[in-house]
Amino acid sequence: MAITVTMPQLGESVTEGTITEWLKQPGDAVEIYESIAEVTTDKVNAEIPAPVAGTMGEHLVEKGTVVPVGGAICTMEATASAAETSTPVTENLPAEKSTPVMEHIPAAAAAPMPVAAPAASIPSGPTGTHLTPAVRMLAAEHAVDVTQLTGSGIAGRVTKKDVLEFVQRRDAAAPAAPPEPTGGVAARRAEAAAQPAPPTPSSASGDTLVPLTPMRRAIAEHMVRSRHTSPHAWTMVEVDMTKVARVRTKQRADFRKQQGVDLTFLPFVAKAVVAALRKVPTLNATWSDQGVLLRNDVNLGLAVALEDGLVVPVIKGADRLSMAGIALAAADLTDRARAGKLRIDDVEGGTFTLNNAGALGTLMSQAIINQPQAAILVMDAIVKRPVVVEDDAIAVRSMMNLCISFDHRINDGLGAARFLRSIKETLESIDDSAALW
Amino acid sequence: MPTKTYIEAIREGMRDEMRRDERVILMGEDVGVKGGVFKATEGLHKEFGEMRVIDTPLAESAIVGVAIGAAINGLLPIAEIQFQDFIMPAVDQIISEAAKIRYRSNNDFNVPMVVRAPFGGGVHGALYHSQSIEAIFCGVPGLKVVVPSTPHDAKGLLRAAIRDPDPVLYFEHKRAYRLIKGEVPDGEYVEEIGKARVVREGSDIAILTYGLMTHFCADAAEKLAADGFSCEVVDLRTLRPLDREQIIASARKCGKVMVVQEANLAVSIASEVAAIVAEECFEYLDAPVMRLGGPEIPGVPFSPPLEEFYMLTPAKIETALRRLAAY
Repeated sequence: MAITVTMPQLGESVTEGTITEWLKQPGDAVEIYESIAEVTTDKVNAEIPAPVAGTMGEHLVEKGTVVPVGGAICTMEATASAAETSTPVTENLPAEKSTPVMEHIPAAAAAPMPVAAPAASIPSGPTGTHLTPAVRMLAAEHAVDVTQLTGSGIAGRVTKKDVLEFVQRRDAAAPAAPPEPTGGVAARRAEAAAQPAPPTPSSASGDTLVPLTPMRRAIAEHMVRSRHTSPHAWTMVEVDMTKVARVRTKQRADFRKQQGVDLTFLPFVAKAVVAALRKVPTLNATWSDQGVLLRNDVNLGLAVALEDGLVVPVIKGADRLSMAGIALAAADLTDRARAGKLRIDDVEGGTFTLNNAGALGTLMSQAIINQPQAAILVMDAIVKRPVVVEDDAIAVRSMMNLCISFDHRINDGLGAARFLRSIKETLESIDDSAALW
Repeated sequence: MPTKTYIEAIREGMRDEMRRDERVILMGEDVGVKGGVFKATEGLHKEFGEMRVIDTPLAESAIVGVAIGAAINGLLPIAEIQFQDFIMPAVDQIISEAAKIRYRSNNDFNVPMVVRAPFGGGVHGALYHSQSIEAIFCGVPGLKVVVPSTPHDAKGLLRAAIRDPDPVLYFEHKRAYRLIKGEVPDGEYVEEIGKARVVREGSDIAILTYGLMTHFCADAAEKLAADGFSCEVVDLRTLRPLDREQIIASARKCGKVMVVQEANLAVSIASEVAAIVAEECFEYLDAPVMRLGGPEIPGVPFSPPLEEFYMLTPAKIETALRRLAAY
C-alpha cells in the first residue's frame, strides 16, 4: 500500500522545514520510526521518522527544498503487515483539501439554467491557514504580520486586498502620535501599524547580497515583533563577583573531576536568577489581555551565539536543579546548539532568558525580550576595577554589570530593581564553602 | 470617425488591400458572384473581376492548397473557408505544408497566405456551423492566429495578416458580424500581430479573453464595477503568438486571473494562458487561475435551450467573476 509522507509539525510556530538530507533513497528498506530525512527549521534540526515500515518510494522534493508543514515530501510503500498502521497517516491529511470551493459559497443567483453549466476550472477552497504567493510577497515587502489581519476571503482567507488596505491604513496612521502605553492588543496593533515600511536598500557595485537563512529570517521577525509588542524598559546594577570568583577558582578542578564540565560563572548567576524569580514572580510571567500569567515553572532560556545567528535553548525546571545540575544542563544545551543538534522541545517553553554576553567581553547590553516572556537578563563581562569598599577604602574587585530589559506593561522599575538586588545579594554573599553539588 | 459593423470592416480591409496591391487575390466557396455566404465579399467580384475573386469547388483542401501554391509563386491569396467547421479537410495543407515550407526549404520559399474563417456559436447554427476550433492551430509553430473582436481591429489586423510574409489564420466571430459596431478610422492603419489590447483597466481581476467573449466580459466587468470590484479586460487579439508581456503585466497587477473563451477548455488557449500565468506570475497570484469556457460536449447543440445552456453569456461570466472575487 502506497502512502504519502508529509512534513510534520516541528514546533508550535514552525510553518515550514528545509529537507537538508535524504537518509533513505528510493527502494531502500525502512523500519517504522527509522529516520528517513533530516530537516532544518528556523528553530532546530530534526529527523523525520518513517510512519510505517516498508520501502522508500519517490522523493517528491529535492534536498534543499523548503516544504510547508503538511506538504508531501515522499512516498513509501508500506509492507502488508504494516498497512494498518499507516491508516492514521492518511487520516491526518486535512479533509478540506479535497472540498471544492463551490460548497463554501452561497448558491449562485437564480437562473433558468444551471449557471455553472459552462465548464469552469473551479479553484480548490483555501484551508484558511495557507497564504497565497501574492499575500506572502506583499506581507514580506511591507513587513506585515498577516496573523494580525482579519481575512475577507472565503473561509476567512487573508487576501491581497486585505494586506494592501492594511498597509494603506498603517501608512496613513504613521505620522500619528504614539498610542497610550496602556497595553492591550489594540494598542499593540496601533503601535505595529505606526511602523513605516522598511525602505528597499539600493546597492552599489561591490556590494554583496547575502541570502536570508531561515534562522536569520526568524530572528528578524522575532526582534521586530518583540520591539513592537513590549515597551522595553532597561536598568542595570553592578555586582561584586570577587567572592564568586574565589569560590570558582577553589572548586573548579574538583568540579571538573566530579561533573566532567568546566565550572563557569553562568551557573552561579543562573541559580541566583532562579531564586530571585521566586521573589519577583511578575518577571517569570507573560502578558495577556485577560491578565498577567505568572508561570509556575522556571524554564530558563540561555542565549547561545552561533556564527550565523542565535538560538535560545531552555533549561526546563531550572528551579529544581542544583548549581551542578544547571551547569550540566547548560553545557549540554550549549554543545548541542553549536553542533546544530537541538530538538524542538529544547527550544520551547522558556519563561525567562539569561544571556551571558560577558563571555564576548561586553560591558553593558540592552537586550530585546524573548517573547512572550516578561524580561531578559544579561550578565556582562567580569572585570577587575578599583572600587570603594567598607570604611571608604579602595580595593580591586571583580565587578560585573547585570542588565535587565523588561516589559513595562508587566513590571515597573521597583520590581526590576528588587529582582536585580536579590541576585546581587545572593552573588555577593556566597559562602566560600558553599556546596555546589 | 465613421461607425461600421464588424463584417463591413472585414470587407473594407480586403477591398483596400486589393486596391493597394494587385497581388492580393481572394478565393473560396461562393465568394464571387454571390458575395459570400455572409456577404463578407459582396461587391469585390464586381470590382476586381473573376481573375482576382475566384469561386472554387466545394473542396477546402483545394482552396488552401491552391492558395499555398499561389503564395509561393508571388501572389498574396486570401482563402475563405465558409465556416471554421469546414476547415478540417484543409488542416493537412495548413499544418503540414503552409506552416512548414519556410523551415523545410531553408528560407527559400514562404507562404504569405491568409485563411479567413468564421467561427463561434449562438447563431442557431448547430453542430457544423458553430464550432470554435482555433486551438488546433495555436500549437503549431509556423502559423499565426488572429481573432479580432472589434471592427477597428478586424480591419487593422486583416491588413497586417495580408502583409505578413507567412501564413496567418484569421478567425472572425460570425455572431459579431452584424452585432458588433464600432468606429473604424479612415486611412491605411495596420494593427500589429502579437499584441493584446487592454479594453478596460482594472486592479482586482485580470480577465484574459478574445473574440466575442471580449464584449461579454466587458459587460460582466461593468456589473462588478458597480459593487466595487475592478476588473481589467484584456483582448488577446492574437492567439499565436500570444502577447506574453501583456498577459504577465495584467496578471501580476491584479493577482487574480480568469481566462474566458467560448471553446471548451481542455488543451486550449485558456490552458496556454493559464500556464504562462503560472510560470511567470506565481509569486503575484492571490487565487488559483480560473478558466471559463464551453462544456466538454462534442458539439454546440441545435435545440435553443440546449444551445443557451452551452454558450457563455455575460451573466454566466459575471457569476464566475463574483466567485473569483470572493476567493
